[in-house]
Amino acid sequence: MTAAGLLQVGIYLGVLLACVKPLGSYMAKVYSGSAPLLEGVVGPLERLLYRLCGVDKSAEMTWRQYALAVLAFSLASFIAVYAWQRTQGWLPLNPQALPAVSPDSAFNTAVSFTTNTNWQGYGGETTMSYLTQMLALTVQNFVSAAAGMAVLMALIRGFTRHTSHTIGNFWVDLLRGTLYIFLPLSLVLAPLLVSQGVVQTFAASHEVRLLQPTVDAEGKKVTTQAIAVGPAASQIAIKQLGTNGGGFFNVNSSHPLENPTPLSNFLELLAILLIPAALCHTFGELVGDRRQGWALLAAMLVIFAPLLASTTICEQSGNPLLAQLGADQAASDSQPGGNMEGKENRFGIANSTLWAVATTAASNGSVNSMHDSYTPLGGLVPMWLMQLGEVVFGGVGSGLYGMLLFAIVAVFLSGLMVGRTPEYLGKKLGAFEMKMASLAILFPCAMVLVGTAVAISSDSGRETIFNTGPHGFSEVLYAFSSAGNNNGSAFAGLGANTPFYNGLLGLSMLVGRFWVMLPVLAIAGSLASKKSVPVGPGTLPTHTPLFVVLLVAVVIVVGALSFFPALALGPIVEHLLMAAAL
Amino acid sequence: MIQQLRTATLVLIALTILTGGIYPLLVTAIAQLAFPHQANGGLIRQGERVAGSELIGQPFSGPHYFWGRLSATVPFPYNAAASSGSNFGPLHPGLKEAAEARIAALRAAGSPAGAIPVDLVTASASGLDPHISPAAAEFQVQRVAVSRRMSEDAVRELIGQSTEGRQLGVLGEPRVNVLQLNLALDRLQAK
Repeated sequence: MTAAGLLQVGIYLGVLLACVKPLGSYMAKVYSGSAPLLEGVVGPLERLLYRLCGVDKSAEMTWRQYALAVLAFSLASFIAVYAWQRTQGWLPLNPQALPAVSPDSAFNTAVSFTTNTNWQGYGGETTMSYLTQMLALTVQNFVSAAAGMAVLMALIRGFTRHTSHTIGNFWVDLLRGTLYIFLPLSLVLAPLLVSQGVVQTFAASHEVRLLQPTVDAEGKKVTTQAIAVGPAASQIAIKQLGTNGGGFFNVNSSHPLENPTPLSNFLELLAILLIPAALCHTFGELVGDRRQGWALLAAMLVIFAPLLASTTICEQSGNPLLAQLGADQAASDSQPGGNMEGKENRFGIANSTLWAVATTAASNGSVNSMHDSYTPLGGLVPMWLMQLGEVVFGGVGSGLYGMLLFAIVAVFLSGLMVGRTPEYLGKKLGAFEMKMASLAILFPCAMVLVGTAVAISSDSGRETIFNTGPHGFSEVLYAFSSAGNNNGSAFAGLGANTPFYNGLLGLSMLVGRFWVMLPVLAIAGSLASKKSVPVGPGTLPTHTPLFVVLLVAVVIVVGALSFFPALALGPIVEHLLMAAAL
Repeated sequence: MIQQLRTATLVLIALTILTGGIYPLLVTAIAQLAFPHQANGGLIRQGERVAGSELIGQPFSGPHYFWGRLSATVPFPYNAAASSGSNFGPLHPGLKEAAEARIAALRAAGSPAGAIPVDLVTASASGLDPHISPAAAEFQVQRVAVSRRMSEDAVRELIGQSTEGRQLGVLGEPRVNVLQLNLALDRLQAK
């Protein structure tokens, strides 16, 4: 890693950690009912929305009602996103006259955006009208993120309430998250991004005469370039903040009009981890012991840092085959060097790998470099981070509730070791909680592996693999890891916009979202109904370095045991082949 | 369930209007008032004509122009209507072929022998990268100077004018904007 790169990573982590406490406290206030900072502006709007939608703010829900509300909202969202895409050809704000999206692609995208995965099976600028980008996709960027946060809050209430049958009101959590957190942050971030050059316009694309004409694939002379633009900044802001990741343009945040400068890159990167990191502090405040939140954050950082270092080292060391051809890949003051295939010059190596690791640690899935072109081991890291279940920061809300499932397992394991009933945050954990936590952790793992196996063993799955050999296998494994854990990033060589992949990946995304969310809500309901037990001499403290180590070990062991064989067939073999090719 | 679906529909409609309608329109208004140049794509105007965008690269192959990154967009390089990377894995034969073709073209155009900065033989992520590294610019100085019958120092001075350092002194990588550099070269010689 270069000194300049190291400095940038240091600044990034410093700024991120400095935001954790203030933003975390603010979010704790939002979800516990008061929001002093923006109450004056947002309060009237909030009350208006309750009245219009017929929501009784004080009505509480049982976990089953809460789950039904989540499902009802997701269903309505799915239908709306599907319908917008299928009818865009007849609707306004479509200057490029794009036709309706195909049924299978529209299904995939509707699932993808309502589950907060934001997998892009399509190329934005060639598929979606401005109206679809706004009314279907931007909206889901807000609400699918707010829904994830709402479920986290319900789980936290499970810990904080005792002998209660209710865990809050989904509509209130959804609306308050959107109004008090996502909208204000997006309204700050979007204009900042525009100032750096992210486009925000309703005009059609610009025709530009090329300074030097070129020829196309068929040898015809090309004298002009059409520069696609659109209302991008408003969508990019929430795409980053809500760990969504579905870009405005095909190549996402590597597009110069989606991420034009190193500063825009820094802001977009910060937005990826900002809320997932701060939620740890929110959690700590809400359960009445801030150390609990910092312990979870520490566990996340302990996994994050070494993985970031290894990807950066792999990418900086470059591709030996290009070195053989005479390419200079050494970093110096005048070039970033390293494996520059699929990377942009303004970002170089350090900012590309930092993004790759952050976006897959969080379930963001946006990219500023092409992961498919990473070195084998450099690309292994983002894939594995997704396979860990998106709990290292993870999605907004969903990352932390996933991590809390692992915490429950860790407490249970240590309870077994010392022969005591496991308890976490004052709640005894019983067979029901353990069953639910195991289901939620193991089933998505199985979905990733089974989905990959089905795709690899069928003709329609193999047909659209772009790279040959083990790298082709990695493309498929990456796609299912991404969909099954609601990340959304891609080894983009895989031609995934086919009925086969649109369907199967769509199914994986549904499993990844709801198969985790529903057990989490069930745990929340079960915990809320229990009595609180006081801390005793046999209680395992869950804010200590010992617990952090235990938690990290559980996450790593589950992830490694489930996926090492599959990884060995893909990136690890490819790494050995690369070494042998020299 | 019916009650829940009704509420779900109402909440979705309300939030669609708010986050899908009002929010992007508000951001557009702020953007167009405060940053009209950036919000519309950073267009470079020469008189009446739009010569390109500060942020979008163009394909160059003549010896008298600086060349940018390889571009994997289809059907022609630097197609800004359909951004795309190559997605070549590190062992894909296409990666090697593209690099070999570029190296051959660079040599044929009269570039010096010796190691070639890696960004000149690899495709960018977007296929539209407007920049090359200062090393990649320096590598092409001699060729452009000979082809334009300029002194190398005059060419280097123009490179300096098109070079951006790390933003705020620390962020990103130093880089040279290829289109702006080539426009500057043409302007100088038109005088």
